[in-house]
Amino acid sequence: MALLQISEPGESTAPHQHRLAAGIDLGTTNSLVASVRSGVAETLPDREGHHLLPSVVRYLPSGEHQVGEVALQQAAGDPLNTISSVKRFMGRGVEDVKRLGSVLPYEFIAGESGMPLIRTAAGDRSPVQVSADILAELRQRAEQTLGGELAGVVITVPAYFDDAQRQATKDAGKLAGLKVLRLLNEPTAAAVAYGLDRGSDGIIAVYDLGGGTFDVSILRLNQGVFEVMATAGDTALGGDDMDRAIAAWMMEQAGLGSDPDHGLQRRLLMSARAAKEALTDSEQVELTVALDDGGEWRGMLTRQHMDRLIEPLVRKTLGPCRRTLRDAGLDRTDIREVVMVGGSTRVAKVRSMVGEFFAREPLVDIDPDKVVAVGAAIQADILAGNQPEDDMLLLDVIPLSLGIETMGGLTEKIIPRNTTIPVSRAQEFTTYKDGQTAMALHVVQGERELVDACRSLARFELRGMPPMTAGAARIRVTYQVDADGLLSVTAEEQTSGVQAHIEVKPSYGLSDNEIERMLRDSMDHAEDDMKARRLREQQVEAERVLEALQAALQQDADSFLNREERSAIEQAAAELAELRDGDDHRAIKNAIERLESVSAAYVDRRMNANIRKAMAGHAVDEFK
Amino acid sequence: MSSTLTRNYFELFSLPQQYALERAELDARYRELQRTVHPDRYASAGDQERRLSMQQAAHINEAYQVLRDPLRRGRYLLELRGHRIDDQQTTHQDPEFLMQQIELREALGAIRSQDDPLQALDRLARDIQAQYRALESELARVLDEDEEIGAALTLVLKMQYFMRLQNEVQELEADLEDELC
Ligand SMILES: Nc1ncnc2c1ncn2[C@@H]1O[C@H](COP(=O)(O)OP(=O)(O)OP(=O)(O)O)[C@@H](O)[C@H]1O
Ligand SMILES: [Mg+2]
Repeated sequence: MALLQISEPGESTAPHQHRLAAGIDLGTTNSLVASVRSGVAETLPDREGHHLLPSVVRYLPSGEHQVGEVALQQAAGDPLNTISSVKRFMGRGVEDVKRLGSVLPYEFIAGESGMPLIRTAAGDRSPVQVSADILAELRQRAEQTLGGELAGVVITVPAYFDDAQRQATKDAGKLAGLKVLRLLNEPTAAAVAYGLDRGSDGIIAVYDLGGGTFDVSILRLNQGVFEVMATAGDTALGGDDMDRAIAAWMMEQAGLGSDPDHGLQRRLLMSARAAKEALTDSEQVELTVALDDGGEWRGMLTRQHMDRLIEPLVRKTLGPCRRTLRDAGLDRTDIREVVMVGGSTRVAKVRSMVGEFFAREPLVDIDPDKVVAVGAAIQADILAGNQPEDDMLLLDVIPLSLGIETMGGLTEKIIPRNTTIPVSRAQEFTTYKDGQTAMALHVVQGERELVDACRSLARFELRGMPPMTAGAARIRVTYQVDADGLLSVTAEEQTSGVQAHIEVKPSYGLSDNEIERMLRDSMDHAEDDMKARRLREQQVEAERVLEALQAALQQDADSFLNREERSAIEQAAAELAELRDGDDHRAIKNAIERLESVSAAYVDRRMNANIRKAMAGHAVDEFK
Repeated sequence: MSSTLTRNYFELFSLPQQYALERAELDARYRELQRTVHPDRYASAGDQERRLSMQQAAHINEAYQVLRDPLRRGRYLLELRGHRIDDQQTTHQDPEFLMQQIELREALGAIRSQDDPLQALDRLARDIQAQYRALESELARVLDEDEEIGAALTLVLKMQYFMRLQNEVQELEADLEDELC
């Protein structure tokens, strides 16, 4: 709705068609889809009335797969082909996955690009593909419920996800055939749902402990602007770990060895989880686990004892809480409300320890399972252009510093953590050898001084510099992070103008071509489907560009364009309008590009005028 | 009509080009500007417009970071007047100031051996904070009223010392909390 933006209230703009949009909470244990219908954001149930979709996919020898509750039911019976908690592996390499924990109930192999693949009866599957299967299921649910194709979605990610994990999530969205309008941080999404409910300003903390991840964010709310001040967390800490701690205790009690088979492992974990959840309401629970020898182990767990088992895990979340406060420059007493999000905040011990830390009773009255999806749906609705009057704005930050490797294996930070996005920062480097014509750049993310202790995001090279004496070259490296938190890097030698650019794709990520190939493979009539799909995409894009342009021209063509400029734009628009109805996606694409290039100056003038207009009420006499 | 990407930060925010600044006003203008240019406002626009909006939003974020930080704002004003200071630059300060810095550093080094290190650190942090604030108001005076560039440069360099000290205090605080809590 960009160009409609500066219309005065009451002024009519082009009639606007409602676009179907949804928010998706792609969780470690459960996923949800929500949408705004008749002005109310709500999660969408499946046919049986379940809102939560277990994030579990089972692959069958026929090549087919099952998603959700059906798959979960089979988890213990078919552990190797039933994938759960796949979110933990997103954007991770094989080595990382091995480090994640000794108890991985399925088989990993290294894919060609270093991406871990899970061996299943239906073939090898990457975490991105498994996530895409979950997303596709939710997409289908939404499209059936809403009665049409989704124009766009917002997918939530843990605030503490690094670039590789975000990129993997976005790829999964594309693979599921979704137009991803935005990746939104889970705590921010929760704050949106919460903030709009209450409509009050102030500083809040969002504590989000789910199945596999922990985030804490501190936000300032001010008249519809949600400004994240700081965020911290742990992308491998959550209810799953509590289950593991309880399962380990059970194994000890049952006198089982430390190396149970996959099936028993699953049964132990499921029983531990059931016990943990039951202890939210009762003081003690009975435990039973079927053993491999046909026997059974029975035991008893009290809440008090469970509290002791999980206490170290809950304590681990308080470090990030302290860090966010410090990074935001705040005291605990500055926090007006503490919002609890995620299923694991139902655990009494979590509530009491968090309450004690912030010295206030945390808010638990919003359904901690649904709040993230609801917030995402609200933003999706706005981004799709369905709420032109709404001036909600989300200003988020990057959770981890972005840096570059310098001499001696050290990192130099280019963008520090908790910097508001979008952001663009440049730094200059030089050569250290005479006649050096190439320079290797290593992009890393993390807080540590040593490169090896940070996450390696990408390596690339700037080549073809003219030979110069050491120290004479001026290489400007620019990091740009977009509103999704995704990084792209450019390097340019200033004296010669030699350039290199990359979208940062983690070494074990997918290239756009791979995504396209996978998409094609997943379709029955691959070639035709793919063509039809591309055509539709271009038509939608053409529609969007034309609609926005018409509205803009109607408003202010006279103020910003002379007659020649205007007729050039109108001609290019007419050409596009004609091609749009044809069936050549390339021709449409080219026409869009032509139109964008002739209207570039116009777009630029309008945006600058908007900015001046926004500041117009604040004339400053000091300078003219 | 200069492009907003090249205008100076004070002009961009329509604020007087001076050191003293009303924080609430700066914040309010920042929000207004982001409301106008942020990429979320252009989610349904064409690629070109989205790119432009991202550039503008990044520029406004950068400007806001500089203006709201007392040290960076001071450096920026001096830069506008032709005096560039990089953040590593040190100074041949008066011996008294250097003595004071050495003492503060010694105090910082001795924190771990105190009975209640966190509390001792908190006291030291407040002390440093108070001195930093004092430099800030002095800077406002020499820049806005007296226009003494030389004095302003000295003050900014002093503030850099305190800034580094503050960072170390924060690091120590983080370490202590991880160890003790
Ligand atoms: N009543 C309950 N008592 C205790 N724990 C519960 C209860 N209900 C759910 N949980 C736990 O909450 C976790 C799932 O929470 P949630 O659905 O918010 O996570 P998620 O969104 O899938 O994960 P993440 O946000 O980390 O990706 C599981 O570990 C589950 O055992
Ligand atoms: Mg969640």
